[in-house]
Amino acid sequence: MIQGIPIQYFLIVSTIMFFIGVCGFIIRRNLITILMSVELILNSVNINFLVFNRYLYPHQLQGNFFALIIVAIAAAEASVAIALFINMYRKFNNIDVENISEMKY
Amino acid sequence: MELNQIMFFLLSGLILLFSVLTITSRRILRAAVYLLTVLVATSGLYFLLKFEFMAAVQLTLYAGGIVVLIIFSILLTSHISHKFEKPELVNVIVGSVTGLVGCATAIWSIMAFPFSPTTQPALDVNMKQIGMHLMNTGHLGYALPFEVISVLLLASMISAIIIAKKGN
Repeated sequence: MIQGIPIQYFLIVSTIMFFIGVCGFIIRRNLITILMSVELILNSVNINFLVFNRYLYPHQLQGNFFALIIVAIAAAEASVAIALFINMYRKFNNIDVENISEMKY
Repeated sequence: MELNQIMFFLLSGLILLFSVLTITSRRILRAAVYLLTVLVATSGLYFLLKFEFMAAVQLTLYAGGIVVLIIFSILLTSHISHKFEKPELVNVIVGSVTGLVGCATAIWSIMAFPFSPTTQPALDVNMKQIGMHLMNTGHLGYALPFEVISVLLLASMISAIIIAKKGN
Protein backbone atom coordinates (compact mmCIF):
# COMPACT_ATOMS: atom_id res chain seq x y z
CA MET A 1 0.00 0.00 0.00
CA ILE A 2 1.51 3.29 -1.10
CA GLN A 3 0.68 6.35 0.99
CA GLY A 4 -1.73 8.78 -0.67
CA ILE A 5 -2.20 6.90 -3.96
CA PRO A 6 -5.36 4.78 -4.21
CA ILE A 7 -5.30 1.62 -6.30
CA GLN A 8 -7.65 3.14 -8.88
CA TYR A 9 -5.01 5.65 -10.03
CA PHE A 10 -2.62 2.90 -11.07
CA LEU A 11 -5.42 0.92 -12.72
CA ILE A 12 -6.59 3.95 -14.71
CA VAL A 13 -3.07 4.63 -15.97
CA SER A 14 -2.62 1.03 -17.07
CA THR A 15 -6.09 0.94 -18.66
CA ILE A 16 -5.38 4.04 -20.74
CA MET A 17 -2.01 2.58 -21.76
CA PHE A 18 -3.69 -0.71 -22.75
CA PHE A 19 -6.21 1.01 -24.98
CA ILE A 20 -3.57 3.25 -26.54
CA GLY A 21 -1.86 -0.02 -27.49
CA VAL A 22 -5.09 -1.42 -28.95
CA CYS A 23 -5.65 1.81 -30.88
CA GLY A 24 -2.13 1.67 -32.32
CA PHE A 25 -2.65 -1.96 -33.25
CA ILE A 26 -5.66 -0.96 -35.35
CA ILE A 27 -4.33 2.30 -36.84
CA ARG A 28 -0.77 1.49 -37.87
CA ARG A 29 0.20 -0.56 -40.91
CA ASN A 30 3.89 -1.14 -40.38
CA LEU A 31 4.52 -4.49 -38.70
CA ILE A 32 7.24 -3.19 -36.38
CA THR A 33 4.92 -0.45 -35.10
CA ILE A 34 2.27 -3.11 -34.49
CA LEU A 35 4.84 -5.08 -32.49
CA MET A 36 5.53 -1.96 -30.43
CA SER A 37 1.79 -1.61 -29.72
CA VAL A 38 1.75 -5.22 -28.50
CA GLU A 39 4.67 -4.41 -26.19
CA LEU A 40 2.64 -1.48 -24.78
CA ILE A 41 -0.30 -3.82 -24.12
CA LEU A 42 1.88 -6.42 -22.37
CA ASN A 43 3.52 -3.71 -20.31
CA SER A 44 0.21 -2.33 -19.07
CA VAL A 45 -0.87 -5.84 -18.04
CA ASN A 46 2.37 -6.16 -16.09
CA ILE A 47 1.61 -2.95 -14.19
CA ASN A 48 -1.82 -4.37 -13.32
CA PHE A 49 -0.38 -7.61 -11.96
CA LEU A 50 2.15 -5.83 -9.76
CA VAL A 51 -0.40 -3.32 -8.47
CA PHE A 52 -2.85 -6.05 -7.50
CA ASN A 53 0.00 -7.91 -5.82
CA ARG A 54 1.05 -4.87 -3.79
CA TYR A 55 -2.36 -3.49 -2.86
CA LEU A 56 -4.66 -6.50 -2.49
CA TYR A 57 -2.43 -9.50 -1.66
CA PRO A 58 0.79 -8.17 -0.16
CA HIS A 59 1.42 -11.43 1.74
CA GLN A 60 2.03 -13.39 -1.48
CA LEU A 61 4.23 -13.01 -4.54
CA GLN A 62 1.96 -14.30 -7.30
CA GLY A 63 1.67 -11.07 -9.26
CA ASN A 64 5.42 -10.69 -9.24
CA PHE A 65 5.95 -14.11 -10.79
CA PHE A 66 3.20 -13.62 -13.36
CA ALA A 67 4.84 -10.35 -14.42
CA LEU A 68 8.22 -12.08 -14.62
CA ILE A 69 6.79 -14.80 -16.87
CA ILE A 70 5.03 -12.24 -19.07
CA VAL A 71 8.32 -10.40 -19.59
CA ALA A 72 9.99 -13.66 -20.66
CA ILE A 73 7.13 -14.45 -23.05
CA ALA A 74 7.32 -10.93 -24.51
CA ALA A 75 11.02 -11.43 -25.18
CA ALA A 76 10.39 -14.77 -26.91
CA GLU A 77 7.54 -13.30 -28.97
CA ALA A 78 9.60 -10.28 -30.04
CA SER A 79 12.51 -12.44 -31.18
CA VAL A 80 10.33 -14.74 -33.31
CA ALA A 81 8.34 -11.81 -34.71
CA ILE A 82 11.46 -9.91 -35.71
CA ALA A 83 12.90 -12.99 -37.41
CA LEU A 84 9.66 -13.22 -39.40
CA PHE A 85 9.79 -9.52 -40.31
CA ILE A 86 13.35 -9.79 -41.59
CA ASN A 87 12.40 -12.80 -43.69
CA MET A 88 9.37 -10.96 -45.09
CA TYR A 89 11.51 -7.94 -45.93
CA ARG A 90 13.83 -10.21 -47.87
CA LYS A 91 10.89 -11.64 -49.81
CA PHE A 92 8.59 -8.63 -50.36
CA ASN A 93 10.96 -5.66 -49.85
CA ASN A 94 8.69 -3.94 -47.34
CA ILE A 95 6.85 -4.86 -44.16
CA ASP A 96 3.43 -3.23 -44.50
CA VAL A 97 0.57 -5.49 -43.52
CA GLU A 98 -1.50 -5.13 -46.66
CA ASN A 99 1.36 -6.10 -48.97
CA ILE A 100 1.86 -9.37 -47.15
CA SER A 101 -1.15 -11.49 -47.89
CA GLU A 102 0.63 -14.83 -47.96
CA MET A 103 3.38 -16.10 -45.70
CA LYS A 104 4.13 -19.50 -47.17
CA TYR A 105 7.02 -20.34 -49.44
CA MET B 1 1.04 17.07 -2.06
CA GLU B 2 3.45 14.43 -0.92
CA LEU B 3 6.62 13.45 -2.68
CA ASN B 4 5.49 10.01 -3.80
CA GLN B 5 2.31 11.51 -5.26
CA ILE B 6 4.37 13.99 -7.26
CA MET B 7 6.54 11.10 -8.46
CA PHE B 8 3.49 9.04 -9.40
CA PHE B 9 1.90 11.83 -11.42
CA LEU B 10 5.19 12.61 -13.14
CA LEU B 11 5.77 8.97 -14.11
CA SER B 12 2.21 8.34 -15.26
CA GLY B 13 2.20 11.57 -17.24
CA LEU B 14 5.39 10.45 -18.97
CA ILE B 15 3.90 7.02 -19.64
CA LEU B 16 0.68 8.35 -21.17
CA LEU B 17 2.32 11.12 -23.21
CA PHE B 18 4.97 8.88 -24.69
CA SER B 19 2.56 5.98 -25.34
CA VAL B 20 0.46 8.33 -27.47
CA LEU B 21 3.60 9.57 -29.22
CA THR B 22 4.70 5.97 -29.87
CA ILE B 23 1.62 5.16 -31.89
CA THR B 24 1.26 8.55 -33.60
CA SER B 25 4.86 9.28 -34.58
CA ARG B 26 5.43 8.98 -38.31
CA ARG B 27 9.15 8.30 -38.05
CA ILE B 28 9.66 4.75 -36.85
CA LEU B 29 13.01 5.21 -35.11
CA ARG B 30 11.54 8.01 -33.01
CA ALA B 31 8.62 5.73 -32.15
CA ALA B 32 11.12 3.18 -30.83
CA VAL B 33 12.82 5.80 -28.66
CA TYR B 34 9.43 6.91 -27.31
CA LEU B 35 8.68 3.26 -26.48
CA LEU B 36 11.99 3.14 -24.59
CA THR B 37 10.88 6.15 -22.52
CA VAL B 38 7.57 4.46 -21.72
CA LEU B 39 9.36 1.32 -20.53
CA VAL B 40 11.82 3.24 -18.35
CA ALA B 41 8.97 5.23 -16.76
CA THR B 42 7.14 1.95 -16.10
CA SER B 43 10.16 0.63 -14.25
CA GLY B 44 9.99 3.83 -12.20
CA LEU B 45 6.41 2.88 -11.27
CA TYR B 46 7.69 -0.55 -10.18
CA PHE B 47 10.27 1.14 -7.94
CA LEU B 48 7.41 3.21 -6.50
CA LEU B 49 5.54 -0.03 -5.74
CA LYS B 50 8.68 -1.39 -4.02
CA PHE B 51 9.22 -4.25 -6.48
CA GLU B 52 12.91 -3.62 -6.99
CA PHE B 53 13.56 -6.97 -8.66
CA MET B 54 10.82 -6.49 -11.23
CA ALA B 55 12.03 -2.96 -11.91
CA ALA B 56 15.53 -4.27 -12.58
CA VAL B 57 14.13 -7.00 -14.85
CA GLN B 58 12.09 -4.37 -16.68
CA LEU B 59 15.13 -2.16 -17.21
CA THR B 60 17.45 -4.93 -18.39
CA LEU B 61 15.08 -7.11 -20.40
CA TYR B 62 12.59 -4.62 -21.85
CA ALA B 63 14.53 -1.39 -22.04
CA GLY B 64 17.86 -3.09 -22.66
CA GLY B 65 16.90 -6.13 -24.71
CA ILE B 66 13.64 -5.78 -26.58
CA VAL B 67 14.08 -2.13 -27.57
CA VAL B 68 17.56 -2.83 -28.92
CA LEU B 69 16.13 -5.76 -30.88
CA ILE B 70 13.38 -3.53 -32.30
CA ILE B 71 15.85 -0.80 -33.23
CA PHE B 72 18.07 -3.35 -34.99
CA SER B 73 15.14 -4.66 -36.97
CA ILE B 74 14.13 -1.10 -37.89
CA LEU B 75 17.63 -0.41 -39.16
CA LEU B 76 17.56 -3.66 -41.15
CA THR B 77 14.16 -3.13 -42.74
CA SER B 78 13.64 0.59 -43.37
CA HIS B 79 15.44 3.82 -44.14
CA ILE B 80 15.97 6.20 -41.26
CA SER B 81 14.73 9.24 -43.16
CA HIS B 82 11.63 7.39 -44.34
CA LYS B 83 8.38 8.98 -43.21
CA PHE B 84 5.13 7.03 -43.15
CA GLU B 85 2.09 8.24 -45.02
CA LYS B 86 -0.79 9.39 -42.90
CA PRO B 87 -3.00 6.46 -41.85
CA GLU B 88 -6.40 6.18 -43.49
CA LEU B 89 -9.20 8.15 -41.90
CA VAL B 90 -11.41 5.06 -41.52
CA ASN B 91 -8.69 3.29 -39.56
CA VAL B 92 -8.13 6.31 -37.33
CA ILE B 93 -11.84 6.64 -36.57
CA VAL B 94 -12.32 2.92 -35.89
CA GLY B 95 -9.20 2.77 -33.69
CA SER B 96 -10.06 5.88 -31.69
CA VAL B 97 -13.67 4.82 -31.15
CA THR B 98 -12.57 1.35 -30.01
CA GLY B 99 -10.00 2.87 -27.69
CA LEU B 100 -12.33 5.46 -26.18
CA VAL B 101 -15.28 3.11 -25.70
CA GLY B 102 -13.12 0.37 -24.20
CA CYS B 103 -11.34 2.87 -21.98
CA ALA B 104 -14.59 4.36 -20.72
CA THR B 105 -16.09 0.93 -19.98
CA ALA B 106 -12.99 -0.29 -18.17
CA ILE B 107 -12.57 2.86 -16.09
CA TRP B 108 -16.25 2.88 -15.20
CA SER B 109 -16.04 -0.71 -13.95
CA ILE B 110 -12.82 0.01 -12.04
CA MET B 111 -14.45 2.94 -10.25
CA ALA B 112 -17.56 0.88 -9.45
CA PHE B 113 -15.70 -2.15 -8.06
CA PRO B 114 -15.07 -2.27 -4.29
CA PHE B 115 -11.47 -3.38 -3.84
CA SER B 116 -10.91 -5.08 -0.50
CA PRO B 117 -7.28 -5.68 0.52
CA THR B 118 -6.35 -8.55 2.82
CA THR B 119 -5.57 -7.85 6.43
CA GLN B 120 -2.58 -10.18 6.53
CA PRO B 121 0.85 -8.64 7.14
CA ALA B 122 2.81 -7.64 4.08
CA LEU B 123 5.65 -9.80 2.86
CA ASP B 124 9.09 -8.27 2.55
CA VAL B 125 10.09 -8.83 -1.08
CA ASN B 126 13.77 -9.55 -1.31
CA MET B 127 15.95 -11.60 -3.62
CA LYS B 128 16.12 -14.56 -1.24
CA GLN B 129 12.32 -14.82 -1.05
CA ILE B 130 12.00 -14.64 -4.83
CA GLY B 131 14.67 -17.29 -5.35
CA MET B 132 13.11 -19.63 -2.78
CA HIS B 133 9.70 -19.31 -4.43
CA LEU B 134 11.06 -19.70 -7.93
CA MET B 135 12.85 -22.97 -7.17
CA ASN B 136 10.22 -24.43 -4.83
CA THR B 137 8.00 -27.32 -5.91
CA GLY B 138 5.63 -27.26 -2.93
CA HIS B 139 3.02 -24.72 -1.89
CA LEU B 140 3.48 -21.36 -3.67
CA GLY B 141 6.37 -22.81 -5.64
CA TYR B 142 7.03 -21.78 -9.23
CA ALA B 143 9.51 -24.43 -10.40
CA LEU B 144 7.21 -25.73 -13.15
CA PRO B 145 6.49 -22.35 -14.84
CA PHE B 146 10.18 -21.56 -14.56
CA GLU B 147 11.11 -24.73 -16.45
CA VAL B 148 8.34 -24.22 -19.03
CA ILE B 149 9.58 -20.68 -19.67
CA SER B 150 13.13 -21.92 -20.17
CA VAL B 151 11.94 -24.51 -22.73
CA LEU B 152 9.86 -21.80 -24.46
CA LEU B 153 12.86 -19.48 -24.68
CA LEU B 154 14.99 -22.26 -26.15
CA ALA B 155 12.30 -23.12 -28.71
CA SER B 156 11.79 -19.48 -29.73
CA MET B 157 15.54 -18.95 -30.05
CA ILE B 158 15.94 -21.97 -32.33
CA SER B 159 12.89 -21.00 -34.41
CA ALA B 160 14.13 -17.41 -34.76
CA ILE B 161 17.49 -18.65 -36.05
CA ILE B 162 15.85 -21.07 -38.50
CA ILE B 163 13.34 -18.51 -39.79
CA ALA B 164 15.83 -15.68 -40.27
CA LYS B 165 18.65 -17.70 -41.79
CA LYS B 166 19.44 -17.06 -45.42
CA GLY B 167 18.42 -19.75 -47.93
CA ASN B 168 16.98 -23.10 -46.97
